[in-house]
Amino acid sequence: MRNRFGNLLWARINTGILPYLLILAHIGLGSALVYSAPRSNLAFLVLISSLFSLYILEADRRFKLIAGAVLALLIIPVIGVRNIFYLEVIFQISVFAALALGLNIVVGFAGLLDLGYVAFYAVGAYLWAFFGSQQYFVLPFAPGTQPSDLPFLLPGDAFYLFLFLAIIVAAITGILLGSPVLRLRGDYLAIVTLGFGEVIRVLANNLDKPLNITNGPQGITPIQRPTMPDWAVDGFNTLFGPAIGHRVETADMYNVLFYVLALAVILIIILVTRHLDDSKIGRAWTAIREDETAAIAMGIPLVRMKLAAFAVGASFAGVMGVLLAASRTFISPESFSFMQSIGVLAMVILGGSGSIAGVILGAAVVTLLNLQVLQGVSLYLSELRQSDAVIPLINFAWKDLSNQLDPAKYQRLLFGLILILMMIFRPAGLIPARRRMRTLAAEPPEAE
Amino acid sequence: MTLLETIDLVKSFGGLTAVNKVNFQVEPGRIVSIIGPNGAGKTTLFNTLTGIYRPDQGDIRFNGRSLAGLRPDRIAARGIARTFQNIRLFGGMTVIENILIGMHVHLSQSPLEALLRLPGFRREEREAEQRAMALMRTVGLVGVGNELAANLPYGAQRRLEIARALAAEPLLLLLDEPAAGMNPQETEEMTRLFRTIRDERGVTILLIEHDMRVVMNISERICVMDYGEKIAEGTPAEIRADARVIEAYLGRGAVAGQHEERWR
Repeated sequence: MRNRFGNLLWARINTGILPYLLILAHIGLGSALVYSAPRSNLAFLVLISSLFSLYILEADRRFKLIAGAVLALLIIPVIGVRNIFYLEVIFQISVFAALALGLNIVVGFAGLLDLGYVAFYAVGAYLWAFFGSQQYFVLPFAPGTQPSDLPFLLPGDAFYLFLFLAIIVAAITGILLGSPVLRLRGDYLAIVTLGFGEVIRVLANNLDKPLNITNGPQGITPIQRPTMPDWAVDGFNTLFGPAIGHRVETADMYNVLFYVLALAVILIIILVTRHLDDSKIGRAWTAIREDETAAIAMGIPLVRMKLAAFAVGASFAGVMGVLLAASRTFISPESFSFMQSIGVLAMVILGGSGSIAGVILGAAVVTLLNLQVLQGVSLYLSELRQSDAVIPLINFAWKDLSNQLDPAKYQRLLFGLILILMMIFRPAGLIPARRRMRTLAAEPPEAE
Repeated sequence: MTLLETIDLVKSFGGLTAVNKVNFQVEPGRIVSIIGPNGAGKTTLFNTLTGIYRPDQGDIRFNGRSLAGLRPDRIAARGIARTFQNIRLFGGMTVIENILIGMHVHLSQSPLEALLRLPGFRREEREAEQRAMALMRTVGLVGVGNELAANLPYGAQRRLEIARALAAEPLLLLLDEPAAGMNPQETEEMTRLFRTIRDERGVTILLIEHDMRVVMNISERICVMDYGEKIAEGTPAEIRADARVIEAYLGRGAVAGQHEERWR
């Protein structure tokens, strides 16, 4: 879509120190806005979008890394504890970014349309929900009838162990769910995975008898968090106290902790994805996506490679499931509906199937739309409704506006619109995937 | 010792027997052609040899072992590589990556090595890239390593498909109409390339081809199929003189030299 003028402008922007100044200005502006107006959605959008300009502008790698680290480890925690909602939004973005990166391996790299991806997320979440709560001792009781003085099965710090266990358990689930269905192609695979996704949710809904494993539709609560050491709280306060302006309590520190954990998981996931993509395995996945018949004729074991894609994708979701269960301290089957799978798929397609930066951007855009923009508009509309304001010219009083018109309820419509518009205008996504260009020796001396 | 041998090979689809009790052998180091009218079962034979179809009856013996019932990727790993009649490249991948896919079975890197970028992994990738460059030169592709395969012109795509197949270091190379859609000069170059591949790499070549100049020029033996059956086999000279072959290609009357009458 970029025309010649746009290209020139782009080249112009990326000369000399201009990109550096722009990045710093964007980060600075965002930080200042959020700092001075901690409740403003717009200010927050400016800050969070500075990550995008950090990615897209052409600057030195080291500069980008340092700027990104400052933003992620200094600015966001400080701003986040001043308004915990922001940390919550960023945490959700991270969770969905990890899910989108996992689904990206299956859909984007290997080209297997998986509509039940959220099942693996559920597996991770229920794994920690079961072992990290009193649920083990609730097994013989029907939901709601258990005594209130039950002990916890494991200490909260087992959470860290379960982050790793979830990788293995989710990967095994991926292989188990994958092996019967991966002989199918295209639409058939999509339908069957959709079914499996629902099976997992229905299982979670109904496994409250004969043994009460999941506590049924009521969900499991409380789920333990890892213990928060005092030194972490104190350290954070001494380090950031002056900038924050008030003492940060342990409850708020948990938000920081989960934010940092999510960030670490995302970074590892990005690294794993990139390294796998640029190896024999990633090439095999892409080859399967491009042409299965040719791929198998070149010696690529189809089923094993597809299972690998399922397992890797599932493991990302599993880790994030554990993180979600611990951060929410509550899990119910409702969190793992078909809509969630579609939502993650919308992120992948919006951002750019197969593109790491793309799907992260997709996750951020969709999450922000959901949590910030739509709700912001809803809030604004309801304020208007309560006011005496009238639209001029047509003489329409805002208070007559139907209550049905609540943008926050139009999440599904939004997903649908995103998918349709992207298919029409930018089928490859916001940041399309690109193959790695190799530095090939131009023309070596006449060998052979 | 024969490299490839089919024994009473049968493959049918519903009521149609596409390959009917075919027996033939390929000696190592030879260039052998399979010819026959459209629908004679040539491509089905290729697909059965490479495991895309499972033979209904009979056996395929390759390098002393049976291939019947093996998955295509196992057969590829045994040393049979192929090209396709309607080019099947990985269009969204670069030329180099297409060739690297061909090397898949020979790369020993484990997922862990790839994840941690261990020195062994880096070395193997670098060497693979160099071998891929060398293969590009062999088939006459220059300076297009980073192009997407889908963006190559038709002739270059055919060459790339051969390079990808060669990357698998096969003992036997199956080429399905490699000269289709090429002009005489390109065809000439292709023919030369096949000879080079056989002479320098010792790869046995089995090809399906309709262009009789290519077939007669390059083949050491020719196998003729019609309606799923092998109707003749021999040297180009023998085949040219074979009455059944002429009949299959030109119709019954042709043998008696009456073929011109039919157009009159």
